[in-house]
Amino acid sequence: MARKDGNSVLLSNYEVFQLLTDLKEQRRESGKNKHSAGQQNLNTITYETLKYLSKTPCRHQSPEIVREFLTAMKSHKLTKAEKLQLLNHRPVTAVEIQLMVEETEERFTEEEQIEELLHTVMSVLPAEPEAEQKTDASGDVEMNEEGRA
Amino acid sequence: MFVLVEMVDTVRIPPWQFDRNLNDSIAEELNKKLANKVQVHFRYVVFHPFLDEILIGKIKGCSSEGVHVSLGFFDDILIPPESLQQPAKFDEVEQVWVWEYETEEGAHDLYMDTGEEIRFRVVDESFVDTSPTGPRSAEAAATSEEPPKKEAPYSLVGSIIEPGLGLLSWWTNS
Repeated sequence: MARKDGNSVLLSNYEVFQLLTDLKEQRRESGKNKHSAGQQNLNTITYETLKYLSKTPCRHQSPEIVREFLTAMKSHKLTKAEKLQLLNHRPVTAVEIQLMVEETEERFTEEEQIEELLHTVMSVLPAEPEAEQKTDASGDVEMNEEGRA
Repeated sequence: MFVLVEMVDTVRIPPWQFDRNLNDSIAEELNKKLANKVQVHFRYVVFHPFLDEILIGKIKGCSSEGVHVSLGFFDDILIPPESLQQPAKFDEVEQVWVWEYETEEGAHDLYMDTGEEIRFRVVDESFVDTSPTGPRSAEAAATSEEPPKKEAPYSLVGSIIEPGLGLLSWWTNS
């Protein structure tokens, strides 16, 4: 077995979520019960990955939303990796933005620029329906001092 | 955290599978020869986070090695003690790592409990060749007392030492 190119292409969680969802549908429709070990492994990994991804923001995304997001990101001059993380995570605080975007102190000289980016991310990408109520409008982070539930 | 990798491989198609779902050009080629080998181009979706990527997982448990994190479909993530929010201590009794968060009133213990969601940064990865190494090593393994240690072929090292990293509950808006 050999790799074809030197480069591998980055995939968004949305793309993988869509691919696996389609694959699951195809296999269900084909009706064939393939119980070989290989097929079982594929079923397991598909199930677990879908389970994980369906609890992330990509669950509410679509090709149109992804396109809109990339267009909205153009003015912010971010790298592919940075945009990918923002797309996959949908950060709701400035602290999260600073984790995913490198050197914000140099590239975002005004605090408003981070707030602007945050606002764009939050308005273009859909939130979890319940989460919207929890998020504080100002996007400020408070250290939660609860040690244990 | 996923990449698309293009691969090329040569696959042996035994004669009795020739009529199964093969496209015309391959079928035509196959009809010319017996016991054919077919070159197949395919693409794999691979779980392969990039260096410094931020991920969210669940705490699987703690040991003296650090905090073990799982994504459900991938299990081999470790956050070593030096990459935890400092100062940190390992509670031997409860087998849990604790962040001794400092406030004006003194240290406030934050427990890294199993099942908690955790945000971390990927800082390293490790590939271990787990293929069998042959009779000589099998002999050596048979004479030693210890059971062979199962190593994951691919594992990640994470860090939660920065602001915003660690348990999601430590940083949520209230």
